[in-house]
Amino acid sequence: MAAKQTVSFKLNGKPVDVVVEPRELLIHTLRERLAHTGPHIGCETSHCGACTVDLDRMSVKSCTVLTVQCQGADIVTIEGMEQGGALHALQEAFSEQHGLQCGYCTPGMVTRAYRLLQEIPDPTEEQIRMGMSGNLCRCTGYQNIVKAVQAAALKLAAAREAPRKAAAPAPAREETPTPA
Amino acid sequence: MIPREFEYHAPTTVADAIGLLDQLGDDAKLIAGGHSLLPMMKLRFAQPSHLVDLGRVPELKGIREEGGTIRIGAMTTEAELINSPLLQAKCPLLVEGAKLIADPQVRYKGTIGGDIAHGDPGNDHPALMLALQASFVLRSAAAERVVPAESFFHGTYDTELRAGEILTEIRIPVPAIGTGACYAKLKRKVGDFATAAAAVTLRMQGNKVQEAAIALTNVGATPLKATAAEDSLRGKALDDAAIAEAARLAMSICDPVQDQRGDVEYKTAMAGEMTQRAIRTAAARAAN
Repeated sequence: MAAKQTVSFKLNGKPVDVVVEPRELLIHTLRERLAHTGPHIGCETSHCGACTVDLDRMSVKSCTVLTVQCQGADIVTIEGMEQGGALHALQEAFSEQHGLQCGYCTPGMVTRAYRLLQEIPDPTEEQIRMGMSGNLCRCTGYQNIVKAVQAAALKLAAAREAPRKAAAPAPAREETPTPA
Repeated sequence: MIPREFEYHAPTTVADAIGLLDQLGDDAKLIAGGHSLLPMMKLRFAQPSHLVDLGRVPELKGIREEGGTIRIGAMTTEAELINSPLLQAKCPLLVEGAKLIADPQVRYKGTIGGDIAHGDPGNDHPALMLALQASFVLRSAAAERVVPAESFFHGTYDTELRAGEILTEIRIPVPAIGTGACYAKLKRKVGDFATAAAAVTLRMQGNKVQEAAIALTNVGATPLKATAAEDSLRGKALDDAAIAEAARLAMSICDPVQDQRGDVEYKTAMAGEMTQRAIRTAAARAAN
């Protein structure tokens, strides 16, 4: 058996160390060793995008990345989207715009859209459709996913304006998120 | 799906990577972006005992222009090609082609060098390289040689790369000002390989073709340079008859494999159609 290797990376801002065989895929490390079951296993052949995570400011399919390739990486998963108990604007928007039905593709969709909106804060519908084209959804027909990304872009734009007006940072939201 | 066991190596220089290849021999395989190799390893189509990762070799990255040549490090990703101001300005064909490869996630990881060195006739860069008259820098412990794209592709998964050699750089002569180019790709869906695709560069003088390059994707064991089609266009007025004749000559060299994307006749016809579309678009983009 190939010798196991220690791999250290940041997961949602926290440092983690794992000891893995070279052949272990990132999706398995996240789900089975680190209890981050948000990224889903869909096709296992890098087509569907359900396993998408943010790796060093890139959206990647974690079924097609070896954990040993992640030494020193900065990884964000769907679990890292909410801040201080408040949902990320994308999570709110997917809920409000009904951007999901069964929800299986949603963690990948939200994580991909997170990077897309960092790169293009004010995307056109075409840019959203192209930018989200590595994520498959078998329920929604994509209309409401596009609407959710558009709505999130507006929310984030408003939030960028807001802190300039507010005297102090907004306190962490205490109420539980509204169910979809 | 989990690959067979292997040892993982992450060198940080080309010299170290070559050293590992020499030391490990046939049991070692280079991994670039990994989006062809890892799926093959998961399906056990590839079962290397050692994986040598080029992802931590900084000298294999980057896009620059030097003395009329664009030099692209082999580990430059598709996303980096697409976002390169240099390529957008001076070699838009490569940007257009890269945008049609796979999907956004794969383009963050997939590399131009991996796409070329893999030797898969379904990959898009090989035909783009033929149309752009690119050459490849192959480095071994003993020497470095520069091989034109036209003599690099030998067969399916079979290239000019020898044991102990690494493709380090892609060199593309900066296309002359006024060159028009287009990559026309038919695919069933995002992420699919081409049913057929054509890469065309054209230089026009008035309505006459001064220079033409035409290359085809996924209609043979290698990417195909349609030289007879190119010759038929040179010096001719670019009318419907000339375009149809070029497409006919391009189709005459097609030898596709029937699969779920279509039968031989359909794929050949689509190669002709993509050739026509790419010629028309390239002409529209060319300066007279």
